[in-house]
Amino acid sequence: MRIALHDVTRRFGAFTALDRVNLEVESGELIALLGPSGSGKTTLLRIIAGLDWPDEGEVHFDGEDALSRSVGERNVGFVFQSYALFRHMTVFENVAFGLRARPRRSRPGEAEIRARVERLLELVQLGPFGKRYPAQLSGGQRQRIALARALAIEPRILLLDEPFGALDAKVRKELRRWLRQLHDEIHVTSVFVTHDQEEALELADRVVVLDRGRIRQVGTPEDVYERPASAFVHHFIGESLSVPVTIATGGVHLAGRRLALDCQGLANGEASLFVRPYEVAIVPDADGAVLDGVVKRVHGFGPARRVEIALHAGGQEHFIEVHAPRNDPVRIGQRVGLQPRAYRLFAADAG
Amino acid sequence: MTDIELHWDDAFAANRKSTPDHVRGRLSPENAVLPGFPSQPQASRTASMSVRKATRARDVRADPAPMRWAIIGIAVTFLVLFIVVPLLNVFAQALARGFGAYFAAIVQPDAIAAIELTLLAAAISVGLNLVFGVIAAWTITKYEFWGKSVLITVIDLPFSVSPVIAGLVFVLLFGAQGYLGPWLQEHDIKVIFALPGIVLATVFVTFPFVARELIPLMREQGTRDEEAALTLGASGLRTFFRVTLPNVKWALLYGVLLCNARAMGEFGAVSVVSGHVRGETNTMPLHIEVLYNEYQFTAAFAVASLLALLALVTLIAKVVLEGRATNAANSE
Repeated sequence: MRIALHDVTRRFGAFTALDRVNLEVESGELIALLGPSGSGKTTLLRIIAGLDWPDEGEVHFDGEDALSRSVGERNVGFVFQSYALFRHMTVFENVAFGLRARPRRSRPGEAEIRARVERLLELVQLGPFGKRYPAQLSGGQRQRIALARALAIEPRILLLDEPFGALDAKVRKELRRWLRQLHDEIHVTSVFVTHDQEEALELADRVVVLDRGRIRQVGTPEDVYERPASAFVHHFIGESLSVPVTIATGGVHLAGRRLALDCQGLANGEASLFVRPYEVAIVPDADGAVLDGVVKRVHGFGPARRVEIALHAGGQEHFIEVHAPRNDPVRIGQRVGLQPRAYRLFAADAG
Repeated sequence: MTDIELHWDDAFAANRKSTPDHVRGRLSPENAVLPGFPSQPQASRTASMSVRKATRARDVRADPAPMRWAIIGIAVTFLVLFIVVPLLNVFAQALARGFGAYFAAIVQPDAIAAIELTLLAAAISVGLNLVFGVIAAWTITKYEFWGKSVLITVIDLPFSVSPVIAGLVFVLLFGAQGYLGPWLQEHDIKVIFALPGIVLATVFVTFPFVARELIPLMREQGTRDEEAALTLGASGLRTFFRVTLPNVKWALLYGVLLCNARAMGEFGAVSVVSGHVRGETNTMPLHIEVLYNEYQFTAAFAVASLLALLALVTLIAKVVLEGRATNAANSE
């Protein structure tokens, strides 16, 4: 099932949750909607599901108008963040709910329902749990039951709202891997919402980065990570350190000093210099380096230490944090040089 | 020997020798690389803790024994004097002239008529309030609309208005001199001094019980479950009966129970609209009053004991339901 969104706009009073969103999801794709809270990602998911309606714009499933259909008619599987399992029904009845709710002529017989529910429970690896109640399951198990329930109606599209949001880190990782495998098996067009970039990058075929109701970038995980289209995306995905700079006369200036960096074709004006923390080398020669500063703090755990450095930027102090190998000799109070191996410049007004 | 014991032994060793170096030595592979990492005076801290003698303070939650007993005594005495004794007195008075007189008072035709009318009026009112209460709770918790806060306040109105006024409102509306009186007379419909009036007054007075039980629960549960049912292809009605209603089952029963207790015992509002026609429009509370005013104390208390019995049954059912509901909530 191919999903096409055209100029979708949704307002809540004066607040614009979605602002002319255009997106195409190919059949069988696994797409992540990634953004900070309030970016409109859940609203977009609910509009695709039919739980919310856009004020303007169109939604098409395989070329046909989805907005003219109610949520029940769209045949969309929806997994809620809070699972929304029916607490008074057993796990079996929860999964069977969608099948039993069908109109009489398309409703499968009791034996068929039983067989299908049991197959789904096997699929989510909870075969023996059919007689239990949701309250008797762990968070991860509930999430899998919610998924089995959504899959029971043989949805044309699977939508997941923060599917791992309420789980602890370890379960979340396992379940993430499991969901990716499941998707590779059943190949249903899937869209999931997350604010966790690691989740989006690891799981999705393509990532849609949203901010304040607008799509900022659509691309493969590699695209959005390696080639961010804007300062926002660079900042939001992966760790970033940024330094406010000025572009003038074809060069990059920090506090009046010209840096040995290329301006990457940017026009004159305010800009931000973005570097990944692990793409900066700390060098002892402070005067010969691109940037220089004073070491303020060292956080030491794990394979690499993180070093907090106050940049030398005229009158102002600007703190950045860079990774330094364990055996680099760094002392607090030492003046060091910083040599970026890769960097990116974005004009300040481009958001 | 387990890991934990091992650690304890280490700590004791450090303690006895009181050598900070020993402890720091164990930590050093992690810390030495970091310049300026403060040395940890851990060992000495552990030592001072074991030296300090623990003096057990009095539990702050406990008052001195005499005070505790005095407070409990006052509460129990009050309950016995004001609630238990009067209740027992009802039964004692009812049976003062033996079981014969008791049953005679109950099977008297006017008494039977009053009991029947009470049960009928309560059944209709509770049924109506069950439906209206669920609809009101649904409206308030699942929809957003202008004037919602006003509606929430209005639901509580019957609690704050005197029942006599509630009765008078209906007399002014449907009575012979009321706004709709002439029209009703033309069509030969009796509202005031008849069953419809009694039901109207009872519905008014008992309306908040069901709605007020449901609103907090339904608000807390939100609309996620309903949305889930809808995405699974369930119709609106199916969603309501299979998802919404089971979710609020215990609260609903509890509300109905309270509603019923109040409906059967309502005096003020019903008194205004009923007209006190013996054997016709007298409910149990009204019948009791009539008997009492005629100095038929035994008969009055006999009927009163029935009403009290119904209240006790309601109370027991309520306790059972509350237990159920708590269990249901705990198994979330």
